[in-house]
Amino acid sequence: MTALRHILRDPVATFGLLLVLAAVVVALFAPWLAPYPDDAFESHLLQRLRAPSAEFPFGTDNLGRDILSRVILGTRDALTVALAVVGAAIAIGVPVGLLAGWREGWLAETLMRVTDVFLAVPQLILALALGQLMAPGIGTAMVALALTYWPFFARTVFAETRRLRGALFVDALAGIGAHPARILLLHVLPNAAPAILVRATIGMGFTILTAALLGFLGVGAAPPSPDWGLMVSEARQHLPEAWWFPTFPGLAILLLVLGFNLLGDGLRDAADPRLRRSRGH
Amino acid sequence: MALYILRRVLLALPALLGLILLTFVLSRVIPGDPAAALAGDAATPAQIAAIRAQYGLDRPILEQAVVHLRQVVTGDFGTSAFSGRPVAEEIWQRLPATLELTFAALLLATLLGIPLGLVAALDHNGPVDHVVRLLSVGGLAIAGFWLAIMLQLVFAMDLDILPLRGRIDVPLGLPPRVTGLLLVDSLLAGRPDMFWSACRHVVLPAVTLALPALATIARFTRSGVLETLQKDFVLYARAAGYGRVRLAAIYVLRNAVTVTVTQIGLLFGALISGAVAVEAVFDWPGLGTYAVQAILSADYKALLAVTLVVGAVYAVVNVAVDVAQAIIDPRVAEDGR
Repeated sequence: MTALRHILRDPVATFGLLLVLAAVVVALFAPWLAPYPDDAFESHLLQRLRAPSAEFPFGTDNLGRDILSRVILGTRDALTVALAVVGAAIAIGVPVGLLAGWREGWLAETLMRVTDVFLAVPQLILALALGQLMAPGIGTAMVALALTYWPFFARTVFAETRRLRGALFVDALAGIGAHPARILLLHVLPNAAPAILVRATIGMGFTILTAALLGFLGVGAAPPSPDWGLMVSEARQHLPEAWWFPTFPGLAILLLVLGFNLLGDGLRDAADPRLRRSRGH
Repeated sequence: MALYILRRVLLALPALLGLILLTFVLSRVIPGDPAAALAGDAATPAQIAAIRAQYGLDRPILEQAVVHLRQVVTGDFGTSAFSGRPVAEEIWQRLPATLELTFAALLLATLLGIPLGLVAALDHNGPVDHVVRLLSVGGLAIAGFWLAIMLQLVFAMDLDILPLRGRIDVPLGLPPRVTGLLLVDSLLAGRPDMFWSACRHVVLPAVTLALPALATIARFTRSGVLETLQKDFVLYARAAGYGRVRLAAIYVLRNAVTVTVTQIGLLFGALISGAVAVEAVFDWPGLGTYAVQAILSADYKALLAVTLVVGAVYAVVNVAVDVAQAIIDPRVAEDGR
């Protein structure tokens, strides 16, 4: 609640929150909001590559499909993919960070070295390598993105756990005989939650961007899926005539990622007022 | 200082070793049966067995790992399934193109990002600050492949003032390879026409690639300057009558920029990732297009080699950055990080 109040005081972060909320609403009600909900899969070759008009506000694509409808329908996919990837990355990264942060020893050493190795390669390159080894497709792309994003959560939680391990209240809990699992899950984890939340918000934006790139490169979503990256890629053969074809899906990516980034920025401020929106991620 | 550099280099080695192991595990574990994956869908069991023996896949796994390590360390990445040429040779051909693009982008981002961050900090919470903030968040939210296409649409197709794709005008040919960087080689060859053509070709890809880096650099410089302005020595210098601009540009910036330099190292990874998209759009013959081609043709040796080379370049850059930071701010080395 305090975080929400903090965000609402900051106009730029509020703008981010509104963008994200708008996208969630669009995703939830996509089939009812889209003027031509069947255009995800149907084609109408007679009306291909029409410029934006009252009938088709964003124009039509190479198969005569309404681009506005496809952008709306694509919102759901983009958010689902990002949620699944970030969720899976949290499910791997948080336990690793807790475990490695709590105890020193060979296990912690091994876990953090593995984390470092994953962080030693640019994420996209690793995702591409993984994606290709597992046969390209949207499912593979999601697995690859999750497998390359968890180290960021592991690092964040590791740092928090190491910091809190020596805290007085943790000593006190151990002193009265609390089980380590109880201390970690009920006391350390809640303290790390703000940092995880900030990471996750930024991660949502980053995942949407990377998933779109994978779709663009032909290793993510496959046609006729209304994937934004894929739409931009399909548009390339119809330039410069059909300028509207790549423009609107790209703008959708920009707005949604911008929303998550601004929100993440605001949350970081709320989580740690000392940082005052100045340090990076 | 020498000791610090040595230690920093030694610290980078385990990560590289781990990376080699990781790629080994990935290439052996994920395809299920790598021999079957190599042989293709239509292979008979006999063909698969032949491939297994040919690549040593029937040997114990530990022995395979050692062989893999020896091959990688000696620069033997095998033969590309797509072109039939040695992967190492193809990467060596293409690496300079990516480095040229990345360095051009990094240069652009640094030259614009640091002053932007500085003026934003000096105008804390003023209009300039807000514009820079919007730019620095927006720059990270934009999809590189989309920006690249939009720039092509405007500057190459509509206005027709910059070339659409490639590194140089094809009729000019290529300068003799010395460094592999066209901007350097064309000058060494004494060919200003080639240099000019290469310059024109690098503009749009470099601008696309630079934007997210520019955003990050501006942001970190801004926060670094804001933090430094709070320090006592700044108050003292102002009391002693130093001008605001001179103080900011010389004394504050040098103190503030150490954080930015660390970021530039981390950014290099983002730049290499970004290069994949930018190269794909601009037909830039670098590692990014090579990686994409490797994916689309299921050439996993090539892709693993790219992963390793990029990881190695990334490690080298990060060591270089740490050393540069220690030179700018000797306290870093003394802290014994």
